[in-house]
Amino acid sequence: MLGNAFLIALREIRRNLMRAFLTVLGVIIGVAAVVTMVTLGQGTTMAVKSQISNLGSNLVMLRPGMGFGPRASSAGVPNFTQRDVEVLRDQVYGIEAIAPVKSSSLSTIYRQKARSTSVTGTTPSYFTINNWKIAEGRFFDENDLRDGNAVCVIGDTAKQELFGAEDPIGRLIRIGAPNSSSSSSSSSSKKSSTSSSSTSSSSSSSSSSSTSSDTVYSSTVQVIGVLAAKGQIGMGNQDDTIIMPLTALQRRLTGRTSSRDVSQIAISAKEGSDSERLVSDITALMRARRNLDRNKDNDFNVFDTRQIAETLSASTQMMTTLLAAVAGVSLLVGGIGIMNIMLVSVTERTREIGIRLAIGARAREVLLQFLVEAVTLSCIGGLVGIAVAFGLCVGISKLIQVPFIFDLKINVIAFLFSAAVGIVFGYTPARRAAALDPIDALRHE
Amino acid sequence: MTDARLIELRKITKTYGVGDAAFQALRGIDLTIRRGDFVAVMGPSGSGKSTLMNLLGCLDTPTSGQYLYQGIAIELLDADQRSLLRRQELGFIFQGFNLLARTSALENVELPMIYRGIPRAERHHLAAEALASVGLPDKLRNTPAELSGGQQQRVAIARAIVTSPSTLFADEPTGNLDSKTTVEIMELLTRLNQERGITVILVTHEDDVATYARRTIHVRDGLIASDETKPS
Ligand SMILES: Nc1ncnc2c1ncn2[C@@H]1O[C@H](COP(=O)(O)OP(=O)(O)OP(=O)(O)O)[C@@H](O)[C@H]1O
Ligand SMILES: [Mg+2]
Repeated sequence: MLGNAFLIALREIRRNLMRAFLTVLGVIIGVAAVVTMVTLGQGTTMAVKSQISNLGSNLVMLRPGMGFGPRASSAGVPNFTQRDVEVLRDQVYGIEAIAPVKSSSLSTIYRQKARSTSVTGTTPSYFTINNWKIAEGRFFDENDLRDGNAVCVIGDTAKQELFGAEDPIGRLIRIGAPNSSSSSSSSSSKKSSTSSSSTSSSSSSSSSSSTSSDTVYSSTVQVIGVLAAKGQIGMGNQDDTIIMPLTALQRRLTGRTSSRDVSQIAISAKEGSDSERLVSDITALMRARRNLDRNKDNDFNVFDTRQIAETLSASTQMMTTLLAAVAGVSLLVGGIGIMNIMLVSVTERTREIGIRLAIGARAREVLLQFLVEAVTLSCIGGLVGIAVAFGLCVGISKLIQVPFIFDLKINVIAFLFSAAVGIVFGYTPARRAAALDPIDALRHE
Repeated sequence: MTDARLIELRKITKTYGVGDAAFQALRGIDLTIRRGDFVAVMGPSGSGKSTLMNLLGCLDTPTSGQYLYQGIAIELLDADQRSLLRRQELGFIFQGFNLLARTSALENVELPMIYRGIPRAERHHLAAEALASVGLPDKLRNTPAELSGGQQQRVAIARAIVTSPSTLFADEPTGNLDSKTTVEIMELLTRLNQERGITVILVTHEDDVATYARRTIHVRDGLIASDETKPS
């Protein structure tokens, strides 16, 4: 009986394709919207997660500055010292590795090409903390650090921009003050934003550094390694970077103007350690070292990537759920569309129903026919919607640079939901059709 | 069959509506129709011919009285059981043809066999055969809109006889047709009656049509006014 109902329903759908299309349009749009929203939302969540795990898992970062967000300010806040790094390493439990970081935006020149790049001076543990992998050549090591060797490891973008297809290993690049293409030792006094924030401390700071110039010298540095690409994160490009021994940066480029020239401290937590505990320990120690009174706010920030990752992915997931719910409403509206057109079509097809009843169809067979018709239509709508969503996801994910992850589950759910819509909204019209009296139906004009 | 009585009506009445609006369309019909007969029902408009046909065709139930079809008391059957009886035993032809629009002649004829659960290949074969037997072997793919009135009625007849019913009910089957086509349709019905032994009961206003029947019943004001059988 079900097979017959299916056969009859298919013939009825084929008999009036335009009506069928209009009936399912709402379901197509609804399913496409839900699947697209959820798929793109999941892609975004995934992208956020992978980018953050690219930063390094269990990464804790220390930065000078007051407050968070748009009101955050690093002006007038002292930097960290090498000593801070040593004390943290020795006194805080749960630190796997720790590295001082000094970053400046400097100009880099190779042959005729010059460009401004973020140059970071640090120690070898920085690579493991930040999850950097080497693509070619090698990282610099403790010997390079001790001797202050003029060597550097460059990011993928820096390599592309400066060297193109050329092999950069062993090549020499000139690094100097931003925008100074001339390679004199008396470089311009222009301040790069990062170097100014890291070296010019205001009078309110307890720093011993005076208003001494942040003169940047120029130096030739040898490329010894290329980092494996990490890709975009947020708005910054991590791969546009040059990393060299902190000692080399201090001695050859920025000079050792102050002991407070560590603009960031990167820390990786031990596997399985309590990151909240770690953050609070670090905070307490740093407050003590920076002589902050009880009633004073922190003048530094401790970022825990795991926390950031959790917060970010939780909020993208919530956004996804919200959007999917909105799209779900359109699916519901699509269902009401089915009911509407099916009801009209029962009236329109009263005579057809009369013929079927006269020929010997039972009421339940007419009911089943209309129900199967509604469900078949909504299922076709579901499938078409899924196909449309697939196209949309491929297109939009390229456009907004979010990975497209095909999730079978949401597609199956959307399909089953569309089938359910057919049953729920097809039932009333089907009941009405089945309740018709054969004589009345046959007499219907 | 030992019992030649196919249909037996006893004191059948049919009242439409209730209370003041009630109207008695049939007022006590007694009628026996033998298997293999060819009966024409005649009478003025509003006399109750269609009402009687609907009752005979198990599309409706009498208000009172008894109706035996092959010994089965129809007034005791529910709607589904009457549907099954129509499916197995009865064929219908209507004045307005009542074919499914935008559906090929073949699929129209297949329709009753779908409800009977006849497999696809056999269904196809039987439908094509039925269409050939009504003189439309080359119109299988045509939809009703592509057929003349006479051809549409032939398709309807093919649909009615494809399941080999024991009785064929036709309410003014030639009412919408010209005289030449009327002759063709009536000759077709006569052939089915004679060659396949199908009992034919038809309603008509035309004496010419009634002459094809062996027996002619006149209905007037819900009662049988006369009942004549041609001497064979
Ligand atoms: N569903 C109904 N409700 C109320 N009255 C009805 C209904 N059907 C038929 N009647 C009435 O019953 C009477 C008999 O109707 P019926 O259709 O049987 O006449 P008929 O002999 O077939 O007429 P015609 O030759 O015009 O087709 C008519 O007076 C009609 O108005
Ligand atoms: Mg009538």
